[in-house]
Amino acid sequence: MDYILGHINYWIIILLMMIGLYTMMSKPNLIKKMAGLSVFQTGVILLYISLGKVTGGTAPIVAEGFTEYSNPLPQVLMLTAIVVGVATTALGFALIVRIQEAYGTVEEDELEKMDSEV
Amino acid sequence: MINLIIDIVLLVFLVIMAVSILHVRNLLAVSMLFGLYSLLVASVFMVLDAPDVAFTEAAVGTGIATVLMLATLAVTRVTHEKKQKRVAYIPLLIVLATGSLLLYGTHDMSNLGDGNAPAHTHIAKRFIEQGQEETGVPNLVTAVLASYRGFDTLGEVTVVLTAGFGILLLLRRNQKLRIKGVQGG
Amino acid sequence: MGDNLILKVMAKALIPVIILFALYVQFHGDYSPGGGFQAGVIFSSAVLLYALVFGLDAAAKVLPDKALIATASLGVLIYAGTGVASMFLGGEYLNYSVLGKTAQSGQHLGIIVIELGVGLTVAATMLLIFFTFARRTRAQ
Repeated sequence: MDYILGHINYWIIILLMMIGLYTMMSKPNLIKKMAGLSVFQTGVILLYISLGKVTGGTAPIVAEGFTEYSNPLPQVLMLTAIVVGVATTALGFALIVRIQEAYGTVEEDELEKMDSEV
Repeated sequence: MINLIIDIVLLVFLVIMAVSILHVRNLLAVSMLFGLYSLLVASVFMVLDAPDVAFTEAAVGTGIATVLMLATLAVTRVTHEKKQKRVAYIPLLIVLATGSLLLYGTHDMSNLGDGNAPAHTHIAKRFIEQGQEETGVPNLVTAVLASYRGFDTLGEVTVVLTAGFGILLLLRRNQKLRIKGVQGG
Repeated sequence: MGDNLILKVMAKALIPVIILFALYVQFHGDYSPGGGFQAGVIFSSAVLLYALVFGLDAAAKVLPDKALIATASLGVLIYAGTGVASMFLGGEYLNYSVLGKTAQSGQHLGIIVIELGVGLTVAATMLLIFFTFARRTRAQ
């Protein structure tokens, strides 16, 4: 029971990641794919932040009266990951805009058909 | 215990939002759901004792990514996803295989919040104990981000700049800016 | 006046408060959650509110593209330049201890300066991205 309570957090986060991965892989609409990629990325970031939590601890800002602090290292790495993720997302959306102007559609199967016809 | 209950409830909300992002076909609704999803993720970060990360996720995920998706929808004028006829079996198989491997991997991990996990016993202890006296900054996340791992942050800022230049190269049109009259008086 | 009156009055009241909050988050990031990234995004959201209510042309007159590109590059230059300044003063690259009289004050000064660089770059880049997308909409 203790094992289940301690690990259910990780299991639900893995479920989130897999939903995002499935959205990215199976939906042909490019904008849906970007949304799925973002869901996947936030799932990974959630997994790392939950690794850093210490029960009975507080946020890692040194203050009077607190001795237990949560681990600051995963939070630092995930801060970088969030910002890099949004930079990637922004570039992805710019590419989608250009694809739409060049081909007239943002559905992947129609894009494949247009490419193979040429 | 109450922390764990709040955590699980928020995560279940997140799963519901992720499934609806998967199913909803109206793309404007998908961007609204996406903004709500980022806000819930920021709340989960607060429950997990990470206020800096929650701040960044709320600002960047809810603010920037949602507005970018709305701007893309405005430029491309796409409103709905096309109706899908077949179920995709191969992605489902791949997702199930990856998911089960990851679940098998969590068998080795310590319980949530365990203070003796390997993640907390090596260099993190040194950051917590000596961070403030070595850098003079009480916020340990800023101290590690800017001083102990300053080189990574330099790379991150360069990535943001590169993304900005990439978008300029892709989407900039060289046309003269028409100066319109002041709208609405 | 038109039907934008409520929006314009509220925006005029809110934008200075948002910019002040961005500056607070930037410089108080040493003692509370915050720092360069969050402050840059909040500042860009204030300018975005201005662009939404008063028009893209008005916002582009205040912050032309050239100024935004220059500010973004200036931020990275400040960051990398702090590292080079540490090298000139005898330490390794990005070793802030040599920037002040004691190691601790040097570190504190280095952290404040690079967070400023980060804030400048993030704010300018986010605004560049928004304006570029918005102009693409209008040009269709």
